[in-house]
Amino acid sequence: MSSIKCECGHLNPEGTDICQNCGRPLSTEEKSKKLADMRYDGAAIRSKTHKRTVVDKIWNFFSSVKVGVSIIIAILVASAIGTVLPQVFYIPGGGANEAQAAQYYEDNYGIFGKLYNALGLSDLYGSWWFMTLVGMLGISLVVVSLDRGIPLYKSLKNQRIDRHPSFLKRQRLYGEGRVDDPDAVMKKAAEKLKGQRYNIREKNGALLAEKGRWARWGPYVNHLGLIIFLFGVMLRAIPGFYVDESMWIREGETLAVKGAPGLYLENKGFTYDMYTQENTDEVFSEAIDRVGTVASNYQTDVALYETPEGALPGSTNAEFVKEYSIVVNKPLKHEGFHIFQMDFKLDEISAMTFALEHKETGESLGELTVNLANPEKEYDIGNGAKVELLDYYPDFSGFEDGEPQSATPVPNNPAFLFKMTTPETPEGETSFVAIRQTLEPLGENTYKLSFQKADTRNVSGLTIRKDKTIPVIVLGGVIFMIGVVQGSYFNHRRFWIRKSEDGKIQVAGHTSKNWVALQRELDAVSDYAGLPAYTDQRDKEAQTDKMEGDSRS
Amino acid sequence: MTKQQEREKKRKRQQIIRTAILAVLAIAIVYTIVVNVTKDEDIVEVGDTAPDFELVDLEGNTHRLSDYRGEGVFLNFWGTWCGPCKKEMPHMEKYFKEFEDKGVNILAVNIAESDLKVQSFANTYGLTFPIVIDKTNSVRDAYNVRPLPTTFLVGPDGKVKKIIQQEMSEEQIKAYMESIMPS
Repeated sequence: MSSIKCECGHLNPEGTDICQNCGRPLSTEEKSKKLADMRYDGAAIRSKTHKRTVVDKIWNFFSSVKVGVSIIIAILVASAIGTVLPQVFYIPGGGANEAQAAQYYEDNYGIFGKLYNALGLSDLYGSWWFMTLVGMLGISLVVVSLDRGIPLYKSLKNQRIDRHPSFLKRQRLYGEGRVDDPDAVMKKAAEKLKGQRYNIREKNGALLAEKGRWARWGPYVNHLGLIIFLFGVMLRAIPGFYVDESMWIREGETLAVKGAPGLYLENKGFTYDMYTQENTDEVFSEAIDRVGTVASNYQTDVALYETPEGALPGSTNAEFVKEYSIVVNKPLKHEGFHIFQMDFKLDEISAMTFALEHKETGESLGELTVNLANPEKEYDIGNGAKVELLDYYPDFSGFEDGEPQSATPVPNNPAFLFKMTTPETPEGETSFVAIRQTLEPLGENTYKLSFQKADTRNVSGLTIRKDKTIPVIVLGGVIFMIGVVQGSYFNHRRFWIRKSEDGKIQVAGHTSKNWVALQRELDAVSDYAGLPAYTDQRDKEAQTDKMEGDSRS
Repeated sequence: MTKQQEREKKRKRQQIIRTAILAVLAIAIVYTIVVNVTKDEDIVEVGDTAPDFELVDLEGNTHRLSDYRGEGVFLNFWGTWCGPCKKEMPHMEKYFKEFEDKGVNILAVNIAESDLKVQSFANTYGLTFPIVIDKTNSVRDAYNVRPLPTTFLVGPDGKVKKIIQQEMSEEQIKAYMESIMPS
């Protein structure tokens, strides 16, 4: 590693613009400028100091603000494209089946849809390249902060009080002139600056007044917040930190809560209320006329049970925890889990009532009600008659090899195989009863079961969420905002005042932003202490005022 | 010269710090991506210890998976309405008796159907191996069973040897049962 030796004898690392000791310009580029580049106080950005190994090359790549900005733009563009077609979790089936999802995009959006899905744009946050981009942004933030923050910190910490006259001359606010009593002027200036809450240091007839240095750390605090935020998002991948599941539960059912081992939920009833012309004020009147119904409430009344620590799945020793009415936006909360009302299905058949009737006379021997969730083997009708339920087909879909089939376990089309025994038919008669269909497989029957009524129940769709990463994400957000405030609303201001032996006084000023306020302060000091008049040298140079912390790589 | 050496040392230290920082970040990112991309929701994987559970069979006997430690368990999740289950279960019955003496048990877990339905199914196909009903889906969730039938071959050490998410032929069932026989 080569180094640059300044006229003052100080050895500076390669890439240094302004001597870290005295403040003379070092690089030819810096020398050619009329004003000093104060962005990192002229310190060498670490990545510029050497470029040798692979690690250095990777490091330099991520240290570039240009690269960082490019990554941000790539993320923005990808996110924007991700909104063009619905994401996979919004399509029917929720994309649980990849082939099905691919088919959906192709069928609905043609070649574009196919490409869109193949590129992972349909599941943007889940696609490896998007995650890679976000990860690269994370690396960029860390590297950029270390690369610039550390040299800046060192440079400001070790800054010399008596900078070289050429350094002062090259500051934006600069003035020089002779005064009668330089010592008195310096003293008064120091006094006034102290009154303006500047931190004053003096050495060898030179004075450095400084305040608000911490504002310079704003961008780095800001980056730290972003890194913590990204870390929080990353934690979601670790098991136990993040749960997002959904489940269906029928009224009367007790089921394990998906994603929450040991928790059980009983659905005590689902309510779906609507606004009607009768029960509402004028507000919804028009809407009700237009669309017919306006929902006013979706509610699932539940009881929560929990098995003791260490209980096995399937064990039945769950203890009652609490009852709760889950309504939209008012989830049931327990042990970090939030259970939300998300969906519903109304009126699934839950029980069917039949009457045992004599076919010819139509005389009824009595009724039986089959609870579809838990059908019984035998129903005693009374009057010496009984009905046995031989088999039950919740979703009857036809016969196969003479056997009735059920397509699903859901009672969409219930069918029953009954055996009816009456005093008149002690041998028993077999009857296959389905909706709008009765078969008598073993010959003509004397009795029949005639359908009387069906009871229904509702099904609640619930979503189970747990997110332990929220505190980390909030912390990241808060630190981010602190960094923004720190860097935006506070300025790092410095004045250098220097007297030479021949009674000449030099004065220079620099601030990270808000030059007007700096000038106002300098005006007050000049008035009080009689400092030589200063000028804003940038006006002459007509150089654009770039913001501190901007890129230069 | 000493200054040169000092600087060289400093540079080396910086190299190590940089490498370490980049490595930590890269590992964190790669881990996140791999976990997210391979997240096919398989909670139980081959090689894992099969989650323990206890369920009651049609006769009222409680079966606890860990009670079978030392013997193989042919753990079959099924439903009465599922076509492939109807085909493979008679084959399972055929080998049940033969392998019971050789230390391989069959445990058929029905997913939340009614006792009557499960009983009538067992009667229809003459099934004699223990059939338990997971009324609350808690065992299904613990194994994250999606398609039916799904079969977990649990070895005598309690570890999952294989997961079969489709219908099995008679020969396959026999081979699978042999594969989890205690030696």
